[in-house]
Amino acid sequence: MIEVNNVSKYFGEKQILHDINTQFEEGKVNLIIGRSGSGKTVLMKCLVGLFTPEEGNVFYSGREFHNLPEKEKLLLRKEMGMVFQGSALFDSMTIEENVTFPLDMFTEQSESEKLDRANFCLGCVDLEGVNKLYPAELSGGMKKRAAIARALACNPKYLFFDEPNSGLDPKTSLLIDELITKITHEFNTTTVVNTHDLNSIITIGETISFIYQGHLAWRGSSDTILTSDNPTLNDFIYAQPLTQRLRKTL
Amino acid sequence: MLRKTLALFGEYLIFLRQVFSKPAKWSVLLKKWVFEMDAMGIGSMLIVSIVSLAMGSVITMQTALQIESGWIPSWTVGFVARTSIVMELCPTIISLLLVGNLGSSITAEIGSMRVTEQIDALDVMGINPASHLVLPKVLASVIVIPVLCIFSIAFALFGGFLTVWITNCISTYNFIDGLTYCFRVYDVVYALTKTCIFAFIMSTVASFYGYRIEGGALELGKASTQAIVVSSFVILVLNVVITDIML
Repeated sequence: MIEVNNVSKYFGEKQILHDINTQFEEGKVNLIIGRSGSGKTVLMKCLVGLFTPEEGNVFYSGREFHNLPEKEKLLLRKEMGMVFQGSALFDSMTIEENVTFPLDMFTEQSESEKLDRANFCLGCVDLEGVNKLYPAELSGGMKKRAAIARALACNPKYLFFDEPNSGLDPKTSLLIDELITKITHEFNTTTVVNTHDLNSIITIGETISFIYQGHLAWRGSSDTILTSDNPTLNDFIYAQPLTQRLRKTL
Repeated sequence: MLRKTLALFGEYLIFLRQVFSKPAKWSVLLKKWVFEMDAMGIGSMLIVSIVSLAMGSVITMQTALQIESGWIPSWTVGFVARTSIVMELCPTIISLLLVGNLGSSITAEIGSMRVTEQIDALDVMGINPASHLVLPKVLASVIVIPVLCIFSIAFALFGGFLTVWITNCISTYNFIDGLTYCFRVYDVVYALTKTCIFAFIMSTVASFYGYRIEGGALELGKASTQAIVVSSFVILVLNVVITDIML
């Protein structure tokens, strides 16, 4: 479980996150949702240690992440996998090299063991036969899947996805959502997904934290989000004509 | 302005500390080091040889033209050409050339990794990105660029010889006589020391500017230009300082 306790983040004088308190549960798909510029990505970067919050802390199964000694922080980071918005695959490496890269860095496995693991991870995301291709030769959806395979390589306990559906067509988005759910339940990971894709919110959000102007404005699940009486959440959820029509039917 | 420059220098020193911290895995560093040496050395060989040939040729022609006098022995052409080539032209001009060639490509490579979040990806994995990406480049540059400098000296002297042979401005015998006259190994040591320091400046400054990019493609272009300007300026200043110390 990941616990976020009173996290505040400033950039210069400007406060981006205001005293955020939330939890991300083990074996579940936990969503952080909100409008663009609301502070979702900043919160996620605080979770993975790319930013250090000025106030508060993040606890990983009781371990106070930002106050850990460097060595222990490094060990904890090895339990994390992250899929970035733009996939962040290494351009100069093939897909196979990308997936085996964390294994090269942190394990003493033989070449054949690493290859087996890479093939297993690529199989998990239905991406067989692309081992020798470079990221530039793949479509957006395939890149996302390759990035998921790389994140899975070291068997992470905590998986983070930053806007996994951005730039993808609805059908590929659906595939990525299914994949996130499948991986979370199969490997019992604590998955945190940063999104504003309404379909993802409704279909995969087992716990949902809604961020509004840097504040945690609502916390719940996909079962309760459509019937919430929180006005800022409703403004966000029912912003589009299609969802406004859906609201009338509820 | 001064405060900004000092803050930037402080940032550069912190960056250097990250670069020279213990790498995550020595075998990976070694592999990347060999790869970088190959890329830098082979990739720059053609441009270095062309520039050096032309430089040697021109300096020989100009020297021959300037000291056309019955009082000055003709072997002086070879002597002056060698001294200029070994002590100043090859170490400094080739370093400045490589700042434009290798330096800008280092800034662009690391900068595009920053923009596309590849550096963040390394960070999240628990890998020190500065050490992983920059250390092999720095180690490769301080080995490869002095080697390129030696090649450059050889090509420049050969260029001078070809010019003498083709134009017949002095006899080739006298030119070679001048080349070997009063030769000091210390001059080569001085040249290689300079090149080594210039290579370090070039690779670290270029990496630094790429590493600290915030934004997109526009900033990438700006950072490349800044890296070239700052590296060239520092190299020229250090050239004066090193010359004063070593000669």
